[in-house]
Amino acid sequence: MLLTLTIMNLPSRTKARVKQGIASLFASPFGLTRSAKETASKAGDYILPRGELIKQNDALRLENERLKLQLQEAEKMAKENEHLHKLVGFQQRTQLKLRPANVVLHDPANWWRAVKIDVGTRDGVSNNLPVLTIDGYLAGRISSVSLTSSQVVLLGDPNCKVHARIEDTGDTGVVGASGPLDSEFVEMNYLSKTANLKPGQNVKTSGDGGIFPRDIPIGKIIDTHSVEYGLATVARIKLGANLNALEQVWVRFK
Amino acid sequence: MNWFSTIIVFLTAFLAVFWEAAFNGVRHWVGAQIDLLPALMVYVALSGSIGMVTSFAVLGGLWFDSLSANPLGVTVLPLFLIGLVIYSNRELILRDETFAQFVLGLAASSSVPIMILLFLLTTGHEPLFGWGTIWQLMVMSLGGAIATPLFFEFFNFVNRVLGPRTYSESSFRPDREIRRGR
Repeated sequence: MLLTLTIMNLPSRTKARVKQGIASLFASPFGLTRSAKETASKAGDYILPRGELIKQNDALRLENERLKLQLQEAEKMAKENEHLHKLVGFQQRTQLKLRPANVVLHDPANWWRAVKIDVGTRDGVSNNLPVLTIDGYLAGRISSVSLTSSQVVLLGDPNCKVHARIEDTGDTGVVGASGPLDSEFVEMNYLSKTANLKPGQNVKTSGDGGIFPRDIPIGKIIDTHSVEYGLATVARIKLGANLNALEQVWVRFK
Repeated sequence: MNWFSTIIVFLTAFLAVFWEAAFNGVRHWVGAQIDLLPALMVYVALSGSIGMVTSFAVLGGLWFDSLSANPLGVTVLPLFLIGLVIYSNRELILRDETFAQFVLGLAASSSVPIMILLFLLTTGHEPLFGWGTIWQLMVMSLGGAIATPLFFEFFNFVNRVLGPRTYSESSFRPDREIRRGR
């Protein structure tokens, strides 16, 4: 009991360092698991027949040509877009700085929704940076960082609250915790009772709150219900991110 | 418990914590991850000394908390309390009976998460908590209950096959040999 109380009352910085030190013990088993997976996939590559490889090569060549055309088209559109932005006086949008990361473990406790990723302070990661899925949906935020890894609290965890807005109407609310078993859905609270909410409307970050930049997609409204004797509305949101199947993510730098 | 069994138990605990964090299949399937540390604590409390129970609670708890968003040290006390209760009453427990191991595993695997949750809630943390928690506790309890007799079987097997053998003195003594013939 004395030990527990001592550890729990250590300064938060010391506690974080001790925690990261102990967690680093698990680095070698994770490395082993990853190299075993890679070896298995390489073994699969060797047994692929030659005919199949040629077929895939042809298909990829065609795809490459098509993508080149699309890229040229996109470059034209980007120039035109930039020009229009300048014309209407909007502030030129800064390019997103993204860093890819692999999810190396999930929280073993059932009462937190968190994962660890394989980038840390040596990659320039710091606390509270937004983490996105590969398709660009919000997944969570960085909650603690060590030299080589970081912990990400995911949407639905009580420690990951996001100020969000409904794209069509501009109504704002706070995306908060979900139930222990609902990893696909979260609740958006503190919506006005007069808000014009419909299923299918997109929910994005509002940019308020100081952590998440504006316009990161979160998900879509599924249904709504009144709370607090009709004074407020709560919307149930289906997350765009599949948090159960996170393998790779983007860390978005500010 | 000899040094060999002690090493095997700690190695198993380390791998159990690693498995809980690295492999998410059970959580996808039934909605909750099984915690194997309480089941291992049942084995330690019935087979080891009080020192072993304490060091298992400290190391196992710290390993678990280091990979979790739990505050560091929160798992140590519940694990130790469960170990202490079983250790104090082990003279009354039929430790070789599979049913006794199952029931102890069930009790330990349900008490430890409940104690951790109470500890978190009373220290101002905000864990995910709701009706779904009851289902998760049921899965954890049942998983731990099934794992406990399996751990006993596993450690008995490992000790039998790889552990140092106890030397049994033969009843034959050459000085008492009856020589026949001339």
